[in-house]
Amino acid sequence: MSNEELKSVLSGFNPGLTFEESGEWLVANVEPGEFLSLAKQIRNNESLSFDYLFCLTCIDWKTHLTMVYHLTSTSFRHHLVIKSKLDSSRPEIETVSNIWKTADFHEREVAELFGVNFLNHPDLRKLILPDEWSGFPLRKNYEDPVNMIKL
Amino acid sequence: MWNLAGISESIQNGLNRALSPAWALTVEMIIVGISVIGLFAVLGLILVIMERKVSAYMQVRLGPNRVGPKGMLQSLADTVKLLVKEGLTPDKADKFLFNLAPFIAMIASMLLLVPIGFAKNFQIWDLNIGVLYLAAISSVSVISILMAGWSSNNKYSLLGAMRSGAQIVSYELSAGFSILAIVILSGSLRISDIVMAQENGWWIFKGHIPVLIAFVIFLVAVTAETNRAPFDLAEAESELTAGFHTEYSGMKFALFFLAEYVNVFIVCGIGATLFLGGWMPLHIGTWKAFNHIMDYIPSSIWFFGKTFFLIFVIMWFRWTFPRLRIDQLLNLEWKYLLPISMVNILLITLVAIMQWHF
Amino acid sequence: MIEELMTTEQGDLVINVGPQHPSTHGVLHLVITLNGETIKKVEPHLGYIHRSIEKMCESLSFRQFIYVTSRMDYLSSHINNHGCALCVEKGLQIEVPPRGQVIRVLMDELTRIASHVLWWGALAMDVGAITPFFYAFREREAINDIMEETCGARLTMNYMVPGGVMFDLHPNFQKKVHEFIQLFKSKVDEYDELLTNNVIFKARTRGIGMLSYEDAISYGCSGPTARASGVHCDIRKLYPYEVYSGLQFEEIIESGCDSYARYVVRMKEMRQSLSIVEQLIDNIPEGDFQAKTKAVLKLPKGEFYSRVETARGEFGVYIVSEGGMTPYRIKFRSPGFSNLSALDHMARGQKIGDLVAIMGSLDLVIPDIDR
Repeated sequence: MSNEELKSVLSGFNPGLTFEESGEWLVANVEPGEFLSLAKQIRNNESLSFDYLFCLTCIDWKTHLTMVYHLTSTSFRHHLVIKSKLDSSRPEIETVSNIWKTADFHEREVAELFGVNFLNHPDLRKLILPDEWSGFPLRKNYEDPVNMIKL
Repeated sequence: MWNLAGISESIQNGLNRALSPAWALTVEMIIVGISVIGLFAVLGLILVIMERKVSAYMQVRLGPNRVGPKGMLQSLADTVKLLVKEGLTPDKADKFLFNLAPFIAMIASMLLLVPIGFAKNFQIWDLNIGVLYLAAISSVSVISILMAGWSSNNKYSLLGAMRSGAQIVSYELSAGFSILAIVILSGSLRISDIVMAQENGWWIFKGHIPVLIAFVIFLVAVTAETNRAPFDLAEAESELTAGFHTEYSGMKFALFFLAEYVNVFIVCGIGATLFLGGWMPLHIGTWKAFNHIMDYIPSSIWFFGKTFFLIFVIMWFRWTFPRLRIDQLLNLEWKYLLPISMVNILLITLVAIMQWHF
Repeated sequence: MIEELMTTEQGDLVINVGPQHPSTHGVLHLVITLNGETIKKVEPHLGYIHRSIEKMCESLSFRQFIYVTSRMDYLSSHINNHGCALCVEKGLQIEVPPRGQVIRVLMDELTRIASHVLWWGALAMDVGAITPFFYAFREREAINDIMEETCGARLTMNYMVPGGVMFDLHPNFQKKVHEFIQLFKSKVDEYDELLTNNVIFKARTRGIGMLSYEDAISYGCSGPTARASGVHCDIRKLYPYEVYSGLQFEEIIESGCDSYARYVVRMKEMRQSLSIVEQLIDNIPEGDFQAKTKAVLKLPKGEFYSRVETARGEFGVYIVSEGGMTPYRIKFRSPGFSNLSALDHMARGQKIGDLVAIMGSLDLVIPDIDR
């Protein structure tokens, strides 16, 4: 499905979406509150069937955080990037680990490194860092005078 | 010098001349005890270096080659290292059982040496129930493994011990049946009688296919009983790190290690005695001249040659096969080996009754 | 005594596998809940070798950060470097000269063979056969020698730079690779004889660690792990980079979904990689091995994503640039991380011995998972 078709289908699901086409793939910006319903729709819609979440990450823009989901479909081979702006003081977004199981680990990683709270995640314990760790290392304002080496 | 019986004879005569019969017996017992311990140590050294060289040969590498000529003293150096190492006892272990277990393992394998016929008329004690004695004592070693696994207070050890318990108890049956096959053919439990019954040919040649089946089952079963790959589930280093002896170090570990190798020697010795004629040279029926030539090779060389051949076969297994899984291991025993050996024993009985063997 | 062993309320045994354990091949820590020998749950605990490479890269320039990625999946460091170089090239729109492209692909495929060979030995060791490990190292050594001559390193090559490769090939390269091709053709058959048709090995891997087609996609699995479940996911075929579109090779897809299928996929991939090397080794074009690039690279503002097929699966590099000398944010999508997340699903209901066989068949490299 081409980007234009994707856009029209996606707008049908959620008229509030904004699109960017500057990069390699179509980017859809969605509000965090509407993300879960969009995710379910694009996963289950038969003409889209975005079943492969190949990258899930977060970017700290200092003023806000942005969740980035890279999706593709194993049957149609079209790509979609979903972005969602989160408030950096209280970042919260619904989990998609029940839609794409790979999100389970990726969300746990993002949760401890960026401090994003994934609502309804089944098991949001620390995966990489020690349990007693405080702070979110991949945030731009993170300082650790002991362990960090300035290059 | 290879006539071991002559040496024992002269010691016996000498002692009896010098001492009263009771004292002579006591001194003989002490000599036997010392030689068993000596044999134990020497066998351990030889078998460890043999294992390392055999595995190196199979794995396209050199193996130990620094200590002594061609690395032959490597296992001696290792023993010295193990002797001076600290024998740790874990804090929460059951200290009594933990320290007792390695000794039980060693005592069990020492006891097994008793009825083995190393050469013609050279045996510690020619028991009239020799084979039965072997079957009984060989199952004692499982107690030491269970003891070690339980008392270590380590979950890997416990799992290894439980595996080992299930495994040894199961494979005892098949091994027993294969031993029984020879007992039926020879008509005696005494080791010397069994060897003498093979004077005109070894059982593996005389007994047709049923004995061959029994021999293969025996080899598989004893490999399992001695916890060696592909049946080394009690240790299973890629699953349970080191299984039942995870927590052992220093000499306590060395005793388990030694017991394992001596057990290998003993089961191979039993296999050689039962199926390959023990110290009996290769005789073919009534070919007098051929048999006479064979008799020139001393009986002790025959025994050790056959035993080491079987040991090599068991090492060959170890460095070739992947390990079985515990349920597959028990399946193999209960669903295949046991029924086969039961049917086999009937066949052998038939052969023995009808005198079909040569 | 038994009460002191850590058990759950249901009386299940909880065991720590790792971080030091012979079959985790690195510092992976699994907490497994057992009922007897049967696995009820596997919980990976990561981070023992987490160096936060993503954070490190934020303060390294676009030339420098590539070297750090050799330390991620150290068994396919060439391919990691390749993925990063591709991403920078995408941002700067650099065209790599044909010679550079061919050298890159040659190195990638040799790396893939070396990685698969090591995996083969390690898997055999996991299921209890120690001898194959030594055979595997024998052939890997030959590849390492080839690499050493050209790249100057045996493990963390750092050979790929934005615009091509760092140096030209060593004069001996072609001769040595020809020798290796001859050697490896017979050796790979030997591997098959030794392990592939072994009854015990088959019993240990067939029907173990089932991962269905749907689950493989849902768990984001890639590489041989996913292809053994029938997922068409070879990046070299789907989104060809460099000269892959002009090469004759097959994407190996199996439908067994079990550990044995994953084994077969990798065994066949070794032969495919060898055929790629054979196709290219006599056809290395003359010319530059590196495009002319500026001394200081500055990616334009924007986001760039590139992906390559490593020995373990899809390796993605996601660069967010603000137009400066250093990346604003880098995300490495490592194949092992996603593949590992399926481990719990695959191992439930299996025995401890199977867990080891499943981990072996996933070909986990821990620094790749932890990053």
